[in-house]
Amino acid sequence: MTVKELDAIRAKKQQLIDVRRLVREQAEEMAKHTGYRKQVLVCGGTGCTSSHSKQVIEHLEKTLAECNINDVLVVKTGCFGLCTLGPIMIVYPEGAFYAQMTPEHVETVVRKHLIPGGEIVKELLYQDTVHPDGSITPFAETPFYKKQMRIALRNCGVIAAEDIEEAIAAGDYAAIEKVLTSMTPDDVISEVLASGLRGRGGAGFPTGRKWSFAKASAGDVKYVCCNADEGDPGAFMDRSVLEGDPHCVLEAMTIAGYAIGAHQGYIYVRAEYPIAVERLKIAIAQARQYGLLGKNILGLGFDFDIDIRLGAGAFVCGEETALMTSIEGHRGEPRPRPPFPAVKGLFEKPTILNNVETWANINPIIMKGAKWYSSIGTEKSKGTKVFALGGKINNVGLVEVPMGTTLRDIIYEIGGGIPNGKAFKAAQTGGPSGGCIPADLIDTPIDFDNLVAIGSMMGSGGLIVLDEDSCMVDISKFYLEFTADESCGKCTPCRIGTRRLLDLLTKITEGKGTPEDLDKIEALAQHMKSSSLCALGQSAPNPVLSTLAKFRKEYEDHIYNHHCTAGVCKALLNFSIDKEKCIGCGMCAKNCPASAITRTDYIAPGHKLASFQIDPAKCVKCGVCMGNCKFKAVERK
Amino acid sequence: MEHCEAKCGTAEQEKALEAVIEASRSTPGCLMHILQEAQGIYGYLPMPVQKKIAEGLGISLSEVYGVVTFYAQFSLKPKGKNRISVCLGTACYVKGSDKILAEVEKELGIKCGECTEDGLFSIDSCRCVGACGLAPVMMIGDEVYGKLTPDKVKGILDSYKEASK
Repeated sequence: MTVKELDAIRAKKQQLIDVRRLVREQAEEMAKHTGYRKQVLVCGGTGCTSSHSKQVIEHLEKTLAECNINDVLVVKTGCFGLCTLGPIMIVYPEGAFYAQMTPEHVETVVRKHLIPGGEIVKELLYQDTVHPDGSITPFAETPFYKKQMRIALRNCGVIAAEDIEEAIAAGDYAAIEKVLTSMTPDDVISEVLASGLRGRGGAGFPTGRKWSFAKASAGDVKYVCCNADEGDPGAFMDRSVLEGDPHCVLEAMTIAGYAIGAHQGYIYVRAEYPIAVERLKIAIAQARQYGLLGKNILGLGFDFDIDIRLGAGAFVCGEETALMTSIEGHRGEPRPRPPFPAVKGLFEKPTILNNVETWANINPIIMKGAKWYSSIGTEKSKGTKVFALGGKINNVGLVEVPMGTTLRDIIYEIGGGIPNGKAFKAAQTGGPSGGCIPADLIDTPIDFDNLVAIGSMMGSGGLIVLDEDSCMVDISKFYLEFTADESCGKCTPCRIGTRRLLDLLTKITEGKGTPEDLDKIEALAQHMKSSSLCALGQSAPNPVLSTLAKFRKEYEDHIYNHHCTAGVCKALLNFSIDKEKCIGCGMCAKNCPASAITRTDYIAPGHKLASFQIDPAKCVKCGVCMGNCKFKAVERK
Repeated sequence: MEHCEAKCGTAEQEKALEAVIEASRSTPGCLMHILQEAQGIYGYLPMPVQKKIAEGLGISLSEVYGVVTFYAQFSLKPKGKNRISVCLGTACYVKGSDKILAEVEKELGIKCGECTEDGLFSIDSCRCVGACGLAPVMMIGDEVYGKLTPDKVKGILDSYKEASK
């Protein structure tokens, strides 16, 4: 394909995409030129697919055919971000945002809205888009979307994820065209350097510097790698980019190849992401077919190709040297650095590795310029960051905000606050390498450096909200279970250290902890941080250290008072029955798996039957009785 | 090491494995890919299969075994017809996925990592399938079940038992 042909594809489909991006009045005008009266976008990302969006699409197509409607375009896209309300369906040009669709709802929407002259079915809309006076607010103006700024996710939920022509019309491959026709490799690197872009995978290393090191390394063979081994549990932005806009990653890797002088790229992706892997395979095949990968790209004389390598379930493979060892087909163990990968990486050749979200920022930086990009964000953290909001929060999903947005805005404005009227306790960022941010630091502007300063880290962008029912000692223990399990075992500080830290935390959650244990934890943590081979071991103590710093009282409560305020640590719980409240129905005793509940001979005033009691020696603390008592007579202390 | 059959499954499986080895052997770093394909063919990676791969690639069995045992997805034991995978990622954990796992274990009478005697189910835990919006979730085969509560588990498992009759 030539540059001219690329431009022709873009021109051909441009209006179709514009309908999805313009405000309603302009979009309605534009739609008249596209040949489609309406476009229905249905999310085909993992979240919505899991809530059966496939059936929604099938039913939509079937009902449209039944109604003889053939001027409506059905588009399967990537993630819209609001996963908790899936399956999501948006109808353009109106921008009507339907949530939690079922086949029955689809039927209603087709027959009432999609038919010629039809009207929006308000009761099926995402309720935040319906104003109390009955008017409809554009979804971009709702609290969830209003404060967001979509750069990395610009095309997710906008284009058909398996159609390269829609990707091209939405702007993908315009940057490689610009780079190959008007920029030298040094121009590219200085643009990326000037943008201030820092790696979105965790450590936040300046991307341009990484590229310039690799360019400076001598050698004919170099590699460009993409880290799509999104191992941080609770983070799913990389998956969403691959599912929603895979071409932006392929394009960015090609640009990096041109900049550093590489001709081969590898994408290392988790096998746990079947949809992402499938879309990547389709995207690579299409890009090759269109001459956007392979020999002589766009007829401009540059060769670059990309292969996929599947991970097999090892968290440590997210570490750059371990990832490269794994691509080489070995046990994914990290290697000591130096030599750094930019000098000696994959197959011992100079290599750069960037994370999916980092790659997703390259096209806008090239197209709109470093100056524009660096105007967004904070002094040392430029651009936006995608967060995967999860845990005890109303709007679970994917959000992209400018660096420097406060946690309060993310949790209360965008995230819609904590469900069931519970109190916010902490936000966990950075996954197993990060820490917990307590309520009194909720107004901290989030960027790379501020998070480190308050004892956590950005990590890949998982943001798990914890409420009053979460025990901080238990959360630390959860992360240590994870890192102890995922430690590759190559170096002793990490292999033994994670295990011993876990033992100490287990001891505390079982009520057997001593005050000295806290000192031991701190000493051990310091040793692990200073002497582990890779970031896994160096950062594994972070969840413990940060909770110990901010929630020390909770640890002490477990140790001195054998008490778990959140009521999570089973060994410290005691169940009892309030004999005055107990009406003697016996539901507790009937369902007790340990036969620990028996009837007493006490009948409370006003009741007819004798109350029950729990034998603490037999009680296994499962809490079944509490769930079964309709009279709130079972107490947990 | 447990006793293994000398043969690599059925003749068809063996032929498929040979084809995979032949097609990939010249690609650098092909071992992981071959193991993934082999697990797709056999459902797990018994010792004779590992031996065959080692011979096919001209590398030692210990190297193959080392890679197989390093990665969580490779299994030395057969799995159930319906592979249950309960997510213990953070988003699911804080929403009580440990109770879901306990309920699945109780319902099937086996522990995580085991397979039922009739071969119908096996239970594993996993770290995040990326469907955090539906937490807590579990997967059975490729199907994701979200927004679970312990009392929903029995009905879901029963539907699989019913389907296998």
